[in-house]
Amino acid sequence: MKKTLIALLLGLGSLSAQAALDPMQVRQLAAEDSTDKVAAIRQLTQTADPDAVRVLKAMSEDSLFLAGDKVVIIDGDKAFDGATGEAIKMPANPESPTVNNRIRGELASALAALKLFDADAGVRLASAQKLQSQVTPEMAPLLARALEKETDAQIKALLVLAHAQANLGNADPAARLAAVKALAETSSPTIKSVLLPLTEKAGEPDDKVRYEAIAAVKAIDSRLAIAENVGRAFSGLSLGSILLLGALGLAITYGVMGIINMAHGELLMVGAYATYGMQTLFRAYFPNAIDWYLPAAIPVAFFAAALVGVIMERTVIRWLYGRTLETLLATWGLSLVLIQSARVLFGAQNVEVSNPSWMSGGIEVMPNLILPWNRIIIVGFAMFVLFLVWVLMNKTRLGMFVRAVTQNRAMAGCVGVPTARIDTMAFALGAGIAGLGGVALSQISNVGPDMGQGYIVDSFMVVVVGGVGQLAGAVWAALGLGIFSKLLEGWAGAVIAKISILVCIIIFIQKRPQGIFALKGRFVE
Amino acid sequence: MRKPLTLRILSALDKKSWLALGIFLALALVVVPVLHLHFPEDSALHVSTYAITLIGKIMCYALVAVAMDLIWGYGGILSLGHGLFFALGGYAFGMYLMRQIGRDGSYGADLPDFMVFLDWKELPWFWLGSDKFGWVAFLVMAVPALVAFVFGYFAFRSRIKGVYFSIITQALTYAAMLLFFRNETGFGGNNGFTDFKRVLGYSITSSETRLVLFGLTAVMLAVTLVFSAWLVKSKFGRVLTAIRDAESRVMFIGYNPLWYKLTIWVISAVLCGIAGALYVPQVGIINPSEMSPGNSIEIAIWVAVGGRGTLIGPVIGAFVVNLAKSWFTVSFPEYWLFFLGLLFIVVTLMLPQGLVGLWKKIMTKKGAEAC
Repeated sequence: MKKTLIALLLGLGSLSAQAALDPMQVRQLAAEDSTDKVAAIRQLTQTADPDAVRVLKAMSEDSLFLAGDKVVIIDGDKAFDGATGEAIKMPANPESPTVNNRIRGELASALAALKLFDADAGVRLASAQKLQSQVTPEMAPLLARALEKETDAQIKALLVLAHAQANLGNADPAARLAAVKALAETSSPTIKSVLLPLTEKAGEPDDKVRYEAIAAVKAIDSRLAIAENVGRAFSGLSLGSILLLGALGLAITYGVMGIINMAHGELLMVGAYATYGMQTLFRAYFPNAIDWYLPAAIPVAFFAAALVGVIMERTVIRWLYGRTLETLLATWGLSLVLIQSARVLFGAQNVEVSNPSWMSGGIEVMPNLILPWNRIIIVGFAMFVLFLVWVLMNKTRLGMFVRAVTQNRAMAGCVGVPTARIDTMAFALGAGIAGLGGVALSQISNVGPDMGQGYIVDSFMVVVVGGVGQLAGAVWAALGLGIFSKLLEGWAGAVIAKISILVCIIIFIQKRPQGIFALKGRFVE
Repeated sequence: MRKPLTLRILSALDKKSWLALGIFLALALVVVPVLHLHFPEDSALHVSTYAITLIGKIMCYALVAVAMDLIWGYGGILSLGHGLFFALGGYAFGMYLMRQIGRDGSYGADLPDFMVFLDWKELPWFWLGSDKFGWVAFLVMAVPALVAFVFGYFAFRSRIKGVYFSIITQALTYAAMLLFFRNETGFGGNNGFTDFKRVLGYSITSSETRLVLFGLTAVMLAVTLVFSAWLVKSKFGRVLTAIRDAESRVMFIGYNPLWYKLTIWVISAVLCGIAGALYVPQVGIINPSEMSPGNSIEIAIWVAVGGRGTLIGPVIGAFVVNLAKSWFTVSFPEYWLFFLGLLFIVVTLMLPQGLVGLWKKIMTKKGAEAC
């Protein structure tokens, strides 16, 4: 520690006393012993002099030579004095000093640290960010000086952290205490791991500092936990969005026709395979526009699933109105046929659907919380579909008819609503929305023949909890179930979460058999 | 004056049915063992081990189908979670079979192999007494009964019915499947129980043990059929059918449907548990996939194919569908799901009364033509 302080004093002295570098230090760069070289590099770094950057850079590029007693930099056919930077005569037979890996590593971090004094704020910022993970106690004086000179608030904040990290190894308990206090403000797991050794007696002899460190770790932990929970809530939101896309269609078909469509999950699968088909098509014919396959897949998936839905309704479901339990079995049969068809057409293995490039990456909200773009886009997409469905149901003639049939089929028929056609349309609409759900699902999970099966139970839970015939119910139930299950998952594991949610639903239905948003009115069975 | 019990049981079936039942039992208990043991394997009359296992397995399924019919055909409640009760019975008896392996497992330890693999030092509490046949036989019935009672009480009390009930039972078996897939649950995780060696000290692979199990299953099926026939003809059964047809009216007359539904629901679950316990030693394996929603819904199709609301229908349905399944999965494995799917559709669309209904229709037509 004392050494560093002396080095700091020396460094400060050299900075004020002379513009050029100390020739002795520069000479030491070409010393025989690696340890001497390292010491020289470190001392030169402490000066924070632009000349030091020049010399160290030359050394790292192998253009530093020893000529007699002088260190020279040779650039092409010109030669410069190492210490002063003046152009000199080309020396007779320059010797190249050995630069081994240890020296190279030392040079790299020295140059990185010196970037903190660069004139360009962008370079300084990048350097400060890079330093966060590789601070050593020797850097403390350097960082202190950089901090003094820094004007940019963002860089300053980063430097404070780096300086504090470096100071954790300071011999003075007061300095360590200040460092710990500064670090307590952060929320990064790396800083937590830096602080952890200080919470034990072996790592920190001073009681005051140790208690402070324990408190700091606790504070960081609680902030980390918050970030983690926010992350979970967000992934719950995106799960809820998928559930919503699945459940919207179900809510419509169940609301209008009183039919539980067990093949609804397979309509999700149809939509996902349609996405896969579009991807294959774009790869084969428009490889330059491959990123656009996903928007192109949206209408294709909608109509593919809607078409399958219409065929299902016309051939099977139409004949089973009023026999809900039998419909359950028949649609289950349909789902088996669809699964096996997908296996025959596309193979039993999962197919690969890749994210377009604009969906990869994410937004970093906190050091340990990154919201991936694909999930953000899915949430937005679900909201968009929800909006479209809301418009369709509330602002169009078709929507009015669908609502009329939902409320009172016989009366709607009497006033001239073509109920049979509305059934088909509503079924196609529900199927199409499931197809859209398949597009979204293809971006975050595997696409395979069995993919629909996993979502069907959850989608039904949404309909059961949300109540029938109301979009609002499905929305709240889907988001609530999604977030609740993800939070529980983080706390108790996926299986326990699933089971406890099921138990909650059963209890919930005890209290509200009609779901959250029941249609008001009196019903006779 | 009420008739004595024996008379009441006798009157549960008509003469023809008693005769058919007698022939069935004679076949299962005398003819099959004789054919299996006394004819060499190359003889045309020999009944192979494969056939005995297959038929034994299907009889277990038939038992489940009858249980399902009690609740669906007579109670009007479609359960899509009966695979759970079947598997619970199977797991309960599987615990006993695992303990009977003793030190003959691949690790040669006192604990079942999977526990050694998980580095457990002692049996979990719920394995207590699993080496006693009597206690396990009790568990086989008590565990499904308890689960069914608790779940059914809450579901029926809040008058969940129709598709809602079906969906919730499906979710129940799905959740249970996930639970049993976990290694920490203590039932062997993914692999479940297998590699059984003995039952009650007798080798599980010997012909005699197989025949005894086969016979037991046949007797159990016969007893269940007689019991069910008596049950559905009793006052209880009539109230149940009335609830199926018009629950509100039954309530207004002054019956509380809760207890009727709950009773038949628990009886049905217990029968499934027994079927599961008979199934496991014959097939030699039980794993969580028995609880998959697909398996449970298949039970419903056995009943639908045979004919709901009749007692012979489910038995016929279980045999027809499962024989078709074993034929398809050997000859055209990729078409089995197509066939099963179409079966679901065709039966619900064209044969709402199942094969028994079709038969009755043909007979009445013949009868009408004869007149």
